[in-house]
Amino acid sequence: MKDMDRAQIPGEATEYTQTYADGTQRRVFVTGVETPYPHGKLIVSRTDTAGIITECNQSFVDMSGYTEAEIIGQPHCLLRHPDMPAAAFRDLWETVKAGRQWNGYVKNLRKDGGHYWVYATVVPNVRNGNIVGYTSVRREPSRENVASAEEQYRSLS
Amino acid sequence: MTINLTVSPSFPNERITDWYIFNTWLQRALNLPIHLELYDSFGAQRAAIAAGKVDLIYANPFDASLLVREKGFQAIARPEGQPDEMVIVTAADHPANEIPDLKPGTRVACSEDPCVNTVGRILLEPANLGTDNTVELRRETYIQVARAIMRGEADVGFLPVEAFEALSSLVKRDLRILVTSQLHVIHHVFLVGPALHERAEEIAALLTGMHETEKGRGILEALGAHRWQAVHQEDVEFMIDIISTLTQ
Repeated sequence: MKDMDRAQIPGEATEYTQTYADGTQRRVFVTGVETPYPHGKLIVSRTDTAGIITECNQSFVDMSGYTEAEIIGQPHCLLRHPDMPAAAFRDLWETVKAGRQWNGYVKNLRKDGGHYWVYATVVPNVRNGNIVGYTSVRREPSRENVASAEEQYRSLS
Repeated sequence: MTINLTVSPSFPNERITDWYIFNTWLQRALNLPIHLELYDSFGAQRAAIAAGKVDLIYANPFDASLLVREKGFQAIARPEGQPDEMVIVTAADHPANEIPDLKPGTRVACSEDPCVNTVGRILLEPANLGTDNTVELRRETYIQVARAIMRGEADVGFLPVEAFEALSSLVKRDLRILVTSQLHVIHHVFLVGPALHERAEEIAALLTGMHETEKGRGILEALGAHRWQAVHQEDVEFMIDIISTLTQ
């Protein structure tokens, strides 16, 4: 994955270097600006078994700030925010690879360094008994549950 | 052998005759005796499905999941456009302006429609409202849901967009939409049961070509659609995966 481009981040931003499960690293910039979740919508995407995005809906595009062409073919950790503990994603992958459904509150990183909170559910796509990919559906969380998740993730980071 | 066709009870009452006309058209096109049974409740229809009394069905997305995954039905077509969306409405003079303004104890009027109720519950989550801190008032019809709000018996109500739009302007004047779902990903589908799998391709071709004749177009318009669009197995599997994320 390419590093984020500082020139595309408006205003003040903090720089982080993220290290992913496969050992690769990416430089990201975080502004602290939150984009409110659009009422009534679902953000939907699919990945292959390696977590590479194969499909996403317009709400995914709108909220992430990337174009669809910039999203398809990228690993899902494109949206990983440095405030999210690695343990949450480890748990997610262990759960869905075992064929089970995962739910949790996730702070996603936008292309412009801002973020948005979602309540995410990830399910394995089982076809003829085999997992062929994963579908993730995000919906609007309550502010109360976001506040609890923030506190929990701070203690894990 | 008589084939049994049914339609999800979520369609407006004024379309009952149009579904009978559709059934007559389908019987003639397939040269097959087809009995149309319209159930007046979701529960009665589910019981008929469980008893194996359904061979063809225009199903809501939630029943489609059950029929495909557990009963061996095959999805073949859906109306073009027209994803299933719903609204949460309140009385025009209710103090809540948006969902997060709603408080624990909110009285929710809803029908038995599993799709509308599931999506409605999801849209209440931003207010931290669930079945444990709201009062649910079940009503038999969508119009009764609207009436429950107008009479002050309920704070909010769940309605399909189509049912809300079909309300009279007098009723709509007394209601206000708090949120409209924009899911875009779930929709009714036409399914063929195991007894007709051999003819599934033929039925799919008939439906997807229905708009090409004047008569077919007329029936489709009466049912509120323009044309049928082919549905592939993976399309419906994907929809079922999405529904499974909404029902936990």
